[in-house]
Formats: sequence, structure tokens, C-alpha cells
Amino acid sequence: MGEVNAGGALDRREVVKTLLTGRKNLLVVTGLGSPSYDVMAAGDHDNNYYLWAAMGSAAMVGLGLATAKPDHSVLVVTGDGEMLMGMGALATIATRRPANLTIAVLDNGHFGETGMQVSHAGMGVHLDKVAQSCGFGWTREIRDMAGVEDLRTRVSSRDGVKLATIKVKAENPPRLLPPRDGVYVKNRFRAALGHAPI
Amino acid sequence: MSDAGEGPGQAWRQDVFDILKAADVKHIVYVPDAGHSTAIRLANEDNAINSVVLTTEEEGIGYLAGAWLGGERGALLMQSSGVGNCINTLALQTCTRFPLLMVVTMRGDWAEFNGWQNPMGQATERALNLMGVLTWRADEPQDVAPLLRGAASMAFNGDSACALLLGQRLIGEKQWVK
Repeated sequence: MGEVNAGGALDRREVVKTLLTGRKNLLVVTGLGSPSYDVMAAGDHDNNYYLWAAMGSAAMVGLGLATAKPDHSVLVVTGDGEMLMGMGALATIATRRPANLTIAVLDNGHFGETGMQVSHAGMGVHLDKVAQSCGFGWTREIRDMAGVEDLRTRVSSRDGVKLATIKVKAENPPRLLPPRDGVYVKNRFRAALGHAPI
Repeated sequence: MSDAGEGPGQAWRQDVFDILKAADVKHIVYVPDAGHSTAIRLANEDNAINSVVLTTEEEGIGYLAGAWLGGERGALLMQSSGVGNCINTLALQTCTRFPLLMVVTMRGDWAEFNGWQNPMGQATERALNLMGVLTWRADEPQDVAPLLRGAASMAFNGDSACALLLGQRLIGEKQWVK
């Protein structure tokens, strides 16, 4: 690959742990693959909703949740490959402008789950610029931990829809698997918000 | 074909919205379609409903899962061609069993001028069934309200995926040359 400008120098586990430090009522949705393991590694939580399938859907789950729960902050943690698959969702989300939704794209420029093939992001597509063009209120490309710390404070501000592309190393840390029982995770998540099962 | 939904035999267009509203639907997500134009207009005008236009139908499945995580009900309006876009994403409903209510206007099932619509239109109901979605179809105006009411009940009371198909006989032949 050599000249391919894919990903960055940040440690994805450190990034996610920092983003989730001190979380209170934060609601977290993860895209399938490594972001789910990263969020799990930072500590399983009743307010985590892990996607194991429906690739491309994480941002839209975040939009639906943010719309239904305007008094909570919602953070979507996903990868560049997952976000690329649902890029139209950025246009949909921009038309809704949910003030309490933040999308953090862990961008290693590769499809890490399937053998580290270079992704579109690794070939030069800037997801933060796509979101900016769609009309997101705040977008950034983050390459250092100071930027991650800044994002952590913004996640809870609920002052406009945000997307950050966070440039992380192209590597697969040891997998920490979240629960795969979707009904369990759903009911646990809803119960934590006070919603009973049917 | 009029999209206004005010003509004789067109009351079902209002029924779709009224039934969704009565089912406490707070989110109507859609890919635009002439058959759904009345429900979409009414949803857009209703301040108690979040009306969300999608770029592709599968976005709606993610959205409605998220809304339900937050404790609220919704419905997805789309065309039969859009069902094809949703197939893999239906795994989300299958594995988490959130209530998923879909209303699908049919193309390629009767009097279809554009044969390119036929492959997906002919496969729509079986494709939904293969993915575990319960289906009903309405070809007569008086069937829309009771079938949609029943579908909504089974979706929201049974954490099921339910789809009502609105046939081309109901919607009317598309006039290609005006």
C-alpha cells in the first residue's frame, strides 16, 4: 500500500474509553464489528445497544433513538466501513438535525473485520466532509487525544447534530464480545429507560 | 391517477393515516410514493408525528428500532421495490424482535406498464415471508382499515414484523401518457 493515507495514529480502545469516561445517562449505539468490541472493552452497560448485523444501520438507530429521547444524549460509535454503507443516512439525519446525536466514526481506513482491505475512507473519502456537506452542525477530523477529549465534552452538550471522524490505527485488538442475544440487549436497554417488555 | 386522495373510492388513503395515528404511531418514516402521498402529507402536517423522509428503505428499519428502544412506535411506508432494499436489514428485527409495521404500495402485480417493476413486485410478498414478516394484502378500499388495524395490533402487541401490501387494483392504474 505504501502511500495510502489510511487511518491514523490513535489507539481505538483508548479513544472509545476516553469518549465513555464519566458517562451518566449517555445512550450508546455501536456499529457491528470492532466498534462493538471497543465499547464492550470500555465496560458493558445497560445503556449500550450493540448491532451485530444490519450493516449500515447504526446511525439510523441513533437517529430514531435520539428523536424518541430528546432529553438524553445519544452517541453512535461505528467504523468507517459501516458508515460508508449507510452514507445516505447522513443526508437523512441532516434533514432532522437532532441536537442530541453525535456520530463518532472510528476511521482506520480499512475493512478490519474482513481482512484489512483498504476502505473508501482509506482511499480518500472524508466522511466528516460528507456530513458537513449534508448539513451537520459540527464536524471534525480528529487525529489526537486532545480532540477526543474535546469531543467527549461535546457529546453531552445537546446543541446540534455532530459527526467526528477519528483517525485510528489499522489494527484488530483482542475481541471482547458483547452479548449476541438481541432480544436481551433490547429489553435490558429499554428497561434501563423505564420501558417494560410487552 | 389523482394523488390528492379526495376522490370516490379513495378514502382508504386517509384510513392509512388514521389507523396509524390511532395505533399511537409517533414516527412515520418513508420513501416517497404516490400511493402514500396522503399519509405522507398528513404526517408532515401533524406536529405530534415525526415524519422522516429516507434515502433508502432500509434506513427506516434502523430508525424504527431506535425509536422503539426509546419507547415509541412508528411505521415504514414504501413501495414494493423498496422491500428488496430491506432484506438483509430485516435481520435486525428478526434478532431483536422490535415491533416493525410496514405499509407497502405494490408495483408489478397488476396492470403494470413498466415491466421492470415486475420482478421485485412479484417477489415482494414471498421475500417478506422468507424473512419472517407477516403479510396481508388489500385490493379493495374497505379492506385497508381493518387489515392495517390488525397488522398494527400484531406488530405492537406481539413484537412482530408485519406488512400490509396495498395492491395496484386498489391504488389504480398509473397513467403514463397524460
